[in-house]
Amino acid sequence: MKLRRRPNRRFDAAFANLSSPTYRGIGVLTVAFDGIAYGMLLFVLACGLVVTLGVMNFVNLAHGVFAMAGGYITVVLVNRLGFSFFAALPIAFLFAALLGLLLEQSLYRRVYAKSPLDQVLFTIGLVFVSVAAVDYVIGSQQQFVDLPGPLQGQFELFGVGIGRYRLLIVVLCGLIALALQFILARSRFGSRLRAAVDDPRTARGLGINVGAVFSATFAVGSGLAGLGGALGAEILGLDPTFPLKFMVYFLIVVSVGGTTSVSGAFLASLLLGIGDVAGKYYVPKFGGFAIYTIMIAVLIWRPRGLFARGTAR
Amino acid sequence: MSTAEISHGASSLADVGRSLTGEARWGRCEIAFWAVALASVFLLPGRHLILAEIAILGLFALSLDLILGYAGIISLGHAAYFGFGAYAAGLLAIHVVAEPVTGLVIAGLAAALLGFLTSFLVLRGSDLTRLMVTLGVALMLKEIANQLAWLTGGADGLQGIVVAPVLGLFSFDITGHVAYVYCLIVLFVLFLVARRLVNSPFGLSLRAARDNPLRASSIGIGVNRRLVAIYTIAAGYAGIAGALLTQTTAFASMDVLSFERSADLLLVLIVGGTGYLYGGPVGAILFKLMQDWLAGLTPQYWQFWVGCLFVLIVLVGRERMIDWIGPVRAALRPIGAHLAARLQVARDARK
Repeated sequence: MKLRRRPNRRFDAAFANLSSPTYRGIGVLTVAFDGIAYGMLLFVLACGLVVTLGVMNFVNLAHGVFAMAGGYITVVLVNRLGFSFFAALPIAFLFAALLGLLLEQSLYRRVYAKSPLDQVLFTIGLVFVSVAAVDYVIGSQQQFVDLPGPLQGQFELFGVGIGRYRLLIVVLCGLIALALQFILARSRFGSRLRAAVDDPRTARGLGINVGAVFSATFAVGSGLAGLGGALGAEILGLDPTFPLKFMVYFLIVVSVGGTTSVSGAFLASLLLGIGDVAGKYYVPKFGGFAIYTIMIAVLIWRPRGLFARGTAR
Repeated sequence: MSTAEISHGASSLADVGRSLTGEARWGRCEIAFWAVALASVFLLPGRHLILAEIAILGLFALSLDLILGYAGIISLGHAAYFGFGAYAAGLLAIHVVAEPVTGLVIAGLAAALLGFLTSFLVLRGSDLTRLMVTLGVALMLKEIANQLAWLTGGADGLQGIVVAPVLGLFSFDITGHVAYVYCLIVLFVLFLVARRLVNSPFGLSLRAARDNPLRASSIGIGVNRRLVAIYTIAAGYAGIAGALLTQTTAFASMDVLSFERSADLLLVLIVGGTGYLYGGPVGAILFKLMQDWLAGLTPQYWQFWVGCLFVLIVLVGRERMIDWIGPVRAALRPIGAHLAARLQVARDARK
């Protein structure tokens, strides 16, 4: 996984000889901000998986496919068809949601009741198909979205370098997280979903259409992944192997965050984002090693997630 | 030997024993399989390169079968041990001993040690946890191989491997004759060991633990110890398969640790069928033939068809895929009986 670093050479050069606390402070804060933006992006990408994998217990390794779909539809709309970036974002959401709904209704539904091994095979198959199909249709090179002018560059706020685009991501993803929390905790649909998750049989007995609730959730989760893919194309790098490269990141968010709440996944995403960015910034030798170690440690230590309530196992 | 049979009483205990020994006896199909394998050495001299690949893949899939088919552990990172063995064999050949058999044994033991150490991670949690832990271990190893470029060559791969003649007698040639015979012998020997293993009381207790861990432990089977043991053995097998690949190709790259390799391996085993040992070798034959054919059609996009196959297998149902064996066998039985009768008649006539 390659994280594209902000072009920051002038800044670095000016302070290269100074190891004063001020410089370090700025560096740390800027890295922290980048990490937060990255983490929030991961949250939007992975929150749909919390429901399918964590709650419905469906081993969905193909979640990244929807993110990739959102990313590529944005690239096509903005770069080739001349749409504005802001108009492309909702379309990416809808496109991925529709794709999710379609796949859920036609294929996923038949696999819910099968063994984990079958689910693994099935979703790996979907990943392979999508990777090869995108490679065939669009090509294997990395794609970039032409960002509108106002989103490019960065400004300084109290000495912290803040990328405009990253600020947009933080704000947008923060709003989405709040909205999700509100929907799950307060709305009628949220209580239906929680009921369906806690005890599908009783929920059905109360007249809740559990299948429809899950389908809708799956579609929204896929749509959010698509939106995340559209937003993240610039930061994460978009090429046909996207679903494979980020599979582990999504799985980590779910396993570390646990499945009991949105806030768990949110915190896990932030931790992962900040940890990953800081790791790659300060100890590039370590690379992705640290996050895999953390994932395994958490899985062993608390198999139900770091922020899960109740005892492990 | 279902539970219903066992519950019939003491008299059926003998039946159980007979059924088990019957299972352990060599069948005609098994002998035919190995006879064909032996014949391929002489009859298909031009195809020995791909046959060697098949033998290696078959051994690798056999190792996955040991944990998936007999212990029920789903692994998404079995390439970790394959790759570890591959790099171990390559490094041994460069720095320590160039003799392949010694290298093979040491690489296998090293991979088994890694398997032993990581097996404790796999014991805990659900299928999902296991999936992610095995995946994480493989990714971690790949990252290590990438970072230790001074040792492993990083993304360029491990180069400059010179493999000495096998046992100092047979040197590897470009046609792959020696490589194939070498791989086939290793596969056969390890297959015999695995066969003995799964038919032993250890193997039976393993299957009991797979089917119902709670009940197995309540009749005194130490489930965790058995899982550790079989995981270690399977890791060793995978390591030997990886070492074979390095030795026959004189090259090891980070590709040996890739996720795709673990995923393809699952497909190989599923195509061949789990839990009867031949799934690995049979699946390897089918997989390589299919790969050869599809890569000829669309070289770049053959993953697409692999993916389709995955989806199709699951939608059709793995159980239903092997359902044809029963009817085919039933259809063949009268023909066999007819042939046997004809033979008998011919023998009588000669008298």
